[in-house]
Amino acid sequence: MDPTVLTVESTRVAIQEKQFSATALVEALHARIERDDTHAWLTHPPERALAQAAAIDKLADKGGPLPPLAGVPIGIKDVILTRGLRTTAGSKVLQHFFPPYDATAVARLEAAGAIVMGKTNCDEFAMGSSNENSAYGVVKNPHDKARVPGGSSGGSAAAVANGTAVAALGSDTGGSIRQPAAFCGIVGLMPSYGRVSRYGLIAFASSLDRIGPMTRSVKDAALILQHIAGHDPLDSTCANVPVPDYAAEIGKPVKGLKVGVPKEYFAEGLDDDVRASVEAATEKIHQLGCEVVPISLPHTKYAIPTYYVLATAEASSNLARYDGVRYGFRIKDAKTLTEMYRRTRDEGFGYEVKRRIMLGTYVLSAGYYDAYYLKAQRVRTLLSRDFDAAFAKVDAIVTPTTPTAAFKLGEKAENPLAMYLADIYTVTGNLAGVPAIAVPCGKTKTGLPIGLQIFARRFDEPTLLRLGHAYEHARGAF
Amino acid sequence: MATATRIPPEVLARYEPVIGLEVHVQLLTASKIFCGCSTSFGAPPNSNVCPVCLGLPGALPVLNRKAVEFAALAALALGCQVRETSSFARKNYFYPDLPKGYQISQYDQPLAEHGAIEITSGEGRKKVGITRLHLEEDAGKSLHDGFAESATSTCLDLNRAGTPLAEIVSEPEISSPDEAFEYLTRLKEIILFTGVSDCNMEEGSLRCDANVSVRRKGAKEFGAKVEVKNVNSFRFIREALAYEIERQVEALESGEKVVQETRLYHAAEGKTFSMRSKEQAHDYRYFPDPDLQPLVVDAAWQAEIRKQLPELPEALRARLVAQYGITEYDAGVLSASRSLAQQFEAAARSAKNPKRVANLVQSELMGRLKARDLSIEQSPITMRGVAMSADLAEAGTISSKMLKDLYDHAFATGEDFAAVYEREKPQQLSDASAIEKVIEDVMAANPQQVEQYRAGKTTVKAFFVGQVMKATKGQANPAMVNELLDKKLAG
Repeated sequence: MDPTVLTVESTRVAIQEKQFSATALVEALHARIERDDTHAWLTHPPERALAQAAAIDKLADKGGPLPPLAGVPIGIKDVILTRGLRTTAGSKVLQHFFPPYDATAVARLEAAGAIVMGKTNCDEFAMGSSNENSAYGVVKNPHDKARVPGGSSGGSAAAVANGTAVAALGSDTGGSIRQPAAFCGIVGLMPSYGRVSRYGLIAFASSLDRIGPMTRSVKDAALILQHIAGHDPLDSTCANVPVPDYAAEIGKPVKGLKVGVPKEYFAEGLDDDVRASVEAATEKIHQLGCEVVPISLPHTKYAIPTYYVLATAEASSNLARYDGVRYGFRIKDAKTLTEMYRRTRDEGFGYEVKRRIMLGTYVLSAGYYDAYYLKAQRVRTLLSRDFDAAFAKVDAIVTPTTPTAAFKLGEKAENPLAMYLADIYTVTGNLAGVPAIAVPCGKTKTGLPIGLQIFARRFDEPTLLRLGHAYEHARGAF
Repeated sequence: MATATRIPPEVLARYEPVIGLEVHVQLLTASKIFCGCSTSFGAPPNSNVCPVCLGLPGALPVLNRKAVEFAALAALALGCQVRETSSFARKNYFYPDLPKGYQISQYDQPLAEHGAIEITSGEGRKKVGITRLHLEEDAGKSLHDGFAESATSTCLDLNRAGTPLAEIVSEPEISSPDEAFEYLTRLKEIILFTGVSDCNMEEGSLRCDANVSVRRKGAKEFGAKVEVKNVNSFRFIREALAYEIERQVEALESGEKVVQETRLYHAAEGKTFSMRSKEQAHDYRYFPDPDLQPLVVDAAWQAEIRKQLPELPEALRARLVAQYGITEYDAGVLSASRSLAQQFEAAARSAKNPKRVANLVQSELMGRLKARDLSIEQSPITMRGVAMSADLAEAGTISSKMLKDLYDHAFATGEDFAAVYEREKPQQLSDASAIEKVIEDVMAANPQQVEQYRAGKTTVKAFFVGQVMKATKGQANPAMVNELLDKKLAG
């Protein structure tokens, strides 16, 4: 058993064929987690995983068919609620929070046979692009431990990359699945807005947040998505749109697909190695029989400011509930209610979270709302229309996932603006509501992973996965 | 009533108060507005709660369809137009009883707009516009007393958090404390008729804040507005407004400015006290709630809701007056609640002569209730009892005197008419020869009246009826008395 190469399918087959038991796999992975030097995991008591493994092994002993995700060990980003399993959002303010319920995505994974291994490290409240904002310490990139794994789903990306999980759930508000996937050399899928229930996802920016799979292959992403996608009566923003058979869809040919390459994503600031690698990937897609055409997404340059107005506005409201009153961290010995609020939130939240709460409070304030929040909403509409116009002509759009490969720990920690620009190619997809996937497409000269990003129309995950899968196979190993 | 000063009426008369009211009513849905928790009152603290109404991380609101229907029904009853598309917004502020740190409400796109309530004011009838009716969630309750740790801590009960509220905002078109009282009375009556709220002020299911300013009569500009909070009865609203108007006039008369602020009313002292100034006012940072889709109440749904609209108090009163020939006052009493009006009409319909039921309510029931300071709901004699008495009188089984005695008896013992009648059933004199004997005696004692009758003045008959009833202590069968009198008087 080599846990670094297991996939969703090979795991299930191996357990079915008694090459190893689910219990043995959990134990082996647990031992690896204990030795993990990337700090990808925050909470990983073995009980829940072992109980599910025992149930899967019992089924395997009976010899019948196993559920589709049987025995697949999965890491859950610590912003996604797990019943009875500590969930901190990477924040001190929730350091002892044990949720009374499971997120819908988690419950659906377990119902499909998957094994929840534990909670993965992340930037506090998913706010960050390097995983340096976790209150519980940074995560290191498995490919170069002096570098960041990306963020905010850095722990999930590192866990899949370093062989402590077969797959993971991440969340993506501005690139938090795709950017760490690119930095760690794995696949990261951000589904369409409304495709996967947000119930049980600790909200950062509700109109942008998505839960999605982080895996070793496009096919694994499709197999995980299959089980977490679909209507949920507990989330009003989760669409009642039928869920296609993604595994069947990815096998379909890509020949004849029209693929757009937006010039705005290849402008200043793009690292040469990343550019070369993405251009090579685009050529490979052309060779697969796709028609590659240049396109324009003209409002791209406004995406970062638009994103930081809207995301912080929503965050300032979403994080108001962490007030020390009902649960979570509360300062001791406060004399007044105001002092309790002030000091609880001052000590409970980290710098970046407080920066964003303040920014968001400001843009919603009387006298500033129109100039910031309302204007940003209008620009968001323009950005969406960019995508609508493009998708009238093409079936998919390919871009780099990030302007550079993984940067060094500490390199941008003191410069929030430089850090925000790490999301420059990813925030547009969140603002427009469309799905996107990051697929490894090569390495820099120094051996760091590079990710290709593909966008598709809203709810057209089949095209996204099909193209990603075809490219992944054409690309081969590197 | 306590007042700030004794401002001469002629000074007060130079000013015009401008009043607008914000009324919150709890909607009687079985479950909360954004989750499935029960809304029942009086459950043990924090027993009707779940991740959604506790504001736990990751929990999301899902709108209760019934709450929308109830609010829309109230809106239609108030003459509002229900918007096809409305939306929810977050009102952000910190308070311990507000679990999420924001209240889900409606802001720039309320559920309904442009309604009106007709009220009686000194000058006659007038319409007070309703700016909007919107849906929102209630907060929980802070409990300061009654716990072991009450000396040092405040406890929270979040059972109420998430109870659906309709907020009804009037136009600033109310011109006196009396009009405010009348507006609230009519508003409550209409809401009660729709059945979407019990409007119980003691339990907090109806709450009211008042905005009041004063300006010189004829002035176009509004004066500085003061919001008066914490008033828990209509009477106190009237008192608080009267106090506040005088306070503001006094300030202006002495050359001061009225400060825009929020003030609390202390009923015990009959005064308002400053709570927070405009500078300290909250900036609620409203923005559209990204967790909820726009609320669409399309024409088909609106039509469905409109079907549930009952006859409203104003229309009901007009019909009662026309149909039963009762006074407007009595129609007002009978329409005190929808169920009472229904009981009355059911009783009237079941009786042989519906008008007699109306007459008895008017002539026999109301006065007795008034004399004992009872509401009609507290009446020992039910509408069914009134109908029974009407039928007995109609059949001539009891005389009007007996009926009055039975009513007095019922009010004395607190029993309904049927019970009293069964026990006290008068032994009616229905023996024709015995009645004839009495008639003969009466005629013999009043020969002059007999002559008048026979000369054509037949109205004298009433005199003979009275004499016969008196002689039989009211026990003679009135129908038989009538019949036999006709025969005997005819000679």
